[in-house]
Amino acid sequence: MDSNSLMQFAGAVASGEVRVVDLTFTLSPDFPVIVLPPEFGQAAPVRIQQISRYDANGPAWYWNNLTFGEHTGTHFDAPIHWFTGKDLPNNAVDTLPVRDMIAPACVIDCSAQAAKDADFLLTIPFVEAWEKSHGRIPERHWVLLRTDWSKKGWRDYANLKDDGAHTPGPNAAVMRWLVEERGVIGFGTETIGTDAGQAGHLDPPYPAHHFLHGGGRYGLQCLCNLDQLPPTGAVIVAAPLKIQNGSGSPLRVLALIPGQG
Amino acid sequence: MLQRCGACGTFGYPARDACPACLSPDLAFTDAPRRGTLLSETTLHVPADVHFRERAPWRIGLVAMECGPTLVTHLHADCEEGGLVVMSFQLDKSGQAVAFAHPERETPNMTDDRQWREMTADPKFRRVLVTNGRSIVGQEAVAALKTAGASIVFVGVAEPWKPFRGEDALRAMAGVEIVPLDIGDEKSVADLAADIGGKIDILVNTTEHVRAGGLLDRQGTSVVRDEIDQSYLGFVHLAQAFGPAMRMRGSDGVNSAAAWVNILSVYALANWPVFGAYSASQAACLSLSHCLRAELRPGGVKVVNVFTGPLDIEWFQTVPPPKVAPRAVAGAIVSALKRGLEEVFVGDVAEDIRQRLAANPKAVERELGA
Repeated sequence: MDSNSLMQFAGAVASGEVRVVDLTFTLSPDFPVIVLPPEFGQAAPVRIQQISRYDANGPAWYWNNLTFGEHTGTHFDAPIHWFTGKDLPNNAVDTLPVRDMIAPACVIDCSAQAAKDADFLLTIPFVEAWEKSHGRIPERHWVLLRTDWSKKGWRDYANLKDDGAHTPGPNAAVMRWLVEERGVIGFGTETIGTDAGQAGHLDPPYPAHHFLHGGGRYGLQCLCNLDQLPPTGAVIVAAPLKIQNGSGSPLRVLALIPGQG
Repeated sequence: MLQRCGACGTFGYPARDACPACLSPDLAFTDAPRRGTLLSETTLHVPADVHFRERAPWRIGLVAMECGPTLVTHLHADCEEGGLVVMSFQLDKSGQAVAFAHPERETPNMTDDRQWREMTADPKFRRVLVTNGRSIVGQEAVAALKTAGASIVFVGVAEPWKPFRGEDALRAMAGVEIVPLDIGDEKSVADLAADIGGKIDILVNTTEHVRAGGLLDRQGTSVVRDEIDQSYLGFVHLAQAFGPAMRMRGSDGVNSAAAWVNILSVYALANWPVFGAYSASQAACLSLSHCLRAELRPGGVKVVNVFTGPLDIEWFQTVPPPKVAPRAVAGAIVSALKRGLEEVFVGDVAEDIRQRLAANPKAVERELGA
């Protein structure tokens, strides 16, 4: 590609020919975080502590100190996050190849199914049916699961019951298949976690984490605005913070889609 | 409690260096019989003291105690000249112990007396914030405060997207309002204070974050940090957000700000290594409570510390009995507020630790660490 094409691309972004869609939730203290049984260590929620706001602590400037876990808000999972990916090379957010941070996406709409069944599981036949309409999922593409879960109020979004969370996700077979047969670069969801709420009961447990990270692929979760993306043709920009040996990070996820000029 | 001569048994008041009867220096403070007779009463219409000038008219009296001394005392409105009274020492708005005379027998609406309410922090008619409605202690406290006549109980719930046990019952209670409050989050606390900080008369901090373990058996610091965030920093956030307005409202009529209640582990006083890091976080809160007490005192707002041993809750499930029922803690909170106390010990373990500490602190340290 010559520099001219790149400049054309920049021009298209500026003119709106290429539309930029923000797939990110605001990083705020009240955003639900993953809930583990309380005897396990917990993800720190987002905390924003003011250092100064044009006041005695800093007359001309406003700034905050932040605390949050690597897996809070809209966030990225690196292969090192799961035991299956622990020994892979370049498996942490600071070492993963930067070119992987920009890749196209296939968006599979399961919103109707998820609305009927909070425990909806994506299956191979479901994806094959999608491929009949939209073509085979190419290699090095993200697969994003649109469930419209991001439009819910926080309580329904977390959907915690006595036996844990009830949110949609992939089954084990489709995860293995997407990684091994389709060579996806990663898998993204609107829910808290790439796996379904009850995925601990699948075999293997948490198959999205198991197969994605075991195969050196990535996860994105707590995405929003997936309903604005076309089934194919969107380009995802997902660059996690360069945290030393980080297992993931909150990040701004952007989608580039064809727009009106 | 009055001075009593160890040599001749005479009760004395005010405190002296030698017995007025036999000059013995052996004068220990002991519980004295509380009955007396009201000799005379005086109503101050223009008190010289600026504090009481705002509160005039104010009745005081002279009581002859059956055990001997004569005391100048604040009077309950139902005390009559020549009648029998029961005496107690109360902490007034400045935290000073003062004598107070009640009628000998119960009278109608006795606790509503204006001068008595100045000495206490009775929840009746008052608006209360219970900071954590997720815990059983919090839920019991809400119920007990409502029963005690609180006009409204606001109850904080963090992470409202997370259901909790007892939620339906809490939502169904009349005069109880669930409010979003995550005391570990500075902004959440500030936001709630912006909404209701100006009408909180009693704040009951029911934060509960109990984890077992000391230093060496824990990996890393995240659990320790959680303890500090929830207990100590949560306390700081609450104090900074709600404290200033409460201090300003210490004499805001019937609904004046009256008290701040902390529930503390008795192991704040002496570390229990089985829950060692937790004990340390509680010790930090205890120290902070003394700071808060001093800072709220100019506004006439009491800080009440309720010390408990292990509670009968899940996080103490490995601890053998005796354990304190959450309802007992709630009862102790209300009782302390009604009586205007600064410090109460709930249950056998807490009382035992208190007594043993007074007798031999080093022995307590050794025994708890055994």
